[in-house]
Amino acid sequence: MATAKLAVVSAGLSVPSSTRLLADRLADATATALRGHGVQPDVQVVELREHARDLADHLVTGFPNAALRPVVDAVVGADGLIAVTPIFAASYSGLFKTFFDVLGEDALAGKPVLLGATAGTARHSLALDHALRPLFAHLRAVAVPTGVLAAADDWGDQGLAARIERAGGELADLVAGRAAAAPADPFADVVPFEALLRANGT
Amino acid sequence: MQFGVFSVSDVTTDPTNGRTPTETERIKAIVAIARKAEEVGLDVFALGEHHNPPFFSSSPTTTLAYIAGQTQRLQLSTATTLITTNDPVKIAEDFAMLQHLADGRVDLMLGRGNTGPVYPWFGKEIRDGIPLAIENYALLRRLWDSDVVDWSGSYRTPLSGFTATPRPLDGVAPFVWHGSIRSPEIAEQAAYYGDGFFANHIFWPAEHTRRMVEFYRRRFAHYGHGGADQAIVGLGGQVFMRRNSQDAVREFRPYFDNAPVYGHGPSLEDFSRETPLTVGSPQQVIERTLGFREYVGDYQRQLFLVDHAGLPLKSVLEQLDILGEEVVPVLRKEFAALKPAHVPDAPTHASLVAGRTATEEAA
Repeated sequence: MATAKLAVVSAGLSVPSSTRLLADRLADATATALRGHGVQPDVQVVELREHARDLADHLVTGFPNAALRPVVDAVVGADGLIAVTPIFAASYSGLFKTFFDVLGEDALAGKPVLLGATAGTARHSLALDHALRPLFAHLRAVAVPTGVLAAADDWGDQGLAARIERAGGELADLVAGRAAAAPADPFADVVPFEALLRANGT
Repeated sequence: MQFGVFSVSDVTTDPTNGRTPTETERIKAIVAIARKAEEVGLDVFALGEHHNPPFFSSSPTTTLAYIAGQTQRLQLSTATTLITTNDPVKIAEDFAMLQHLADGRVDLMLGRGNTGPVYPWFGKEIRDGIPLAIENYALLRRLWDSDVVDWSGSYRTPLSGFTATPRPLDGVAPFVWHGSIRSPEIAEQAAYYGDGFFANHIFWPAEHTRRMVEFYRRRFAHYGHGGADQAIVGLGGQVFMRRNSQDAVREFRPYFDNAPVYGHGPSLEDFSRETPLTVGSPQQVIERTLGFREYVGDYQRQLFLVDHAGLPLKSVLEQLDILGEEVVPVLRKEFAALKPAHVPDAPTHASLVAGRTATEEAA
């Protein structure tokens, strides 16, 4: 059976966290749908809270330390990504943004992504489309059409489960129909120097 | 193998007393550091180039010429000379001039520079960094290697019947190192010309340096300059030493915690584990430095950063004493014992002149 690597990034801060709860539900829905495609999911969950200091260090030093490196590699090397943030001040949290800031310009290019968010009330629903979608459009990731926002009231509403299932199915469809992700290697195909000189016209 | 120091030329407040040296003090301090480097038996002094505060070194060849007049043996170099925003004609002229004044004790390290506004201040665009480095260096080589140059390119006005003066000393251009932190294109450029490659090394994880150097060595061999283990490699290093390692950590920590570049981020312990920074006893520096060879192979030049982050001149001179008395003599012996005979030393003016003479006699 084919396998697909699924990375789940949760930027929840409390323990336990409703953001993590939503992330797990989205991961389960995607995994179930992948199995329906004959693909075995390999899920890795990243709690950004555990890397808050590593991320601050990365901002200052410009490189991921030994604790952050495998996390970055797992996300960059995944076949599909589930990214879930709490909504703070009408947008994604600073911790969430910092993680995607340090990943690098091309790290998520072409990668299927499911966007999720948690909020106190449903009045924040459009933050998914006003804040998260532009961020992932900039990173040239492929965000699935259904984003899932879970407000506090949603946890007692059947509608949330239906949205999770639809979103997970959309991500699974993209991941199953896509070639496996290859990690980027800056030394793999360097342009020979004669070509660099020619490009310069000298 | 050559050992030396390189300076970023930052003017930084000493965090332990809040005192900021004047530009004059810091510039005179750099001369004192270079003189001390020669006195304690180091081989190389290299100076950076910047065009914005808090750095003073906008004109390295002026400083290096003055140092040349105060020293007899010290090899003078840069770290780095900006190949992107300087006019290659001026680089050709300045360094040939310095060669004559310093009796050939000159090489240089080219870099692109990563301070965004410097590019527009000099009429360039940072997006053109790599193409500028390629075109400008191709022109620089011609200006040194050919007496009369006809040239046109994309980034400067054309030249017709131009001769850069003075001509390089003994008709041999200074040896060139290409410095880079993360661009494979620059390692490729160094390999193509058979020039040296200097991996900044400091402030970054060793794995990164290992891959850059491995790539440069492979491409050096590809372009037919010799075996991969014969490529000319330099490395940076960053140390602070006291006889007792706890004393070194205690004294250096406030400088580390407030340093430009990495301060207010990781702890000194974390950064020492992640990067080549070594704060401790001379023996710890010896062991760490010998370990560099395990991931870059036998290399030709080791430069240490010892004078940044507001460290007072007195402490810097003490570092040079320790390097000269306790560290470098051991490193020289140990590295020499490990180096196979077919691995060359770093080129000097004398070796380049000898190499040219041998080539002419063969022809």
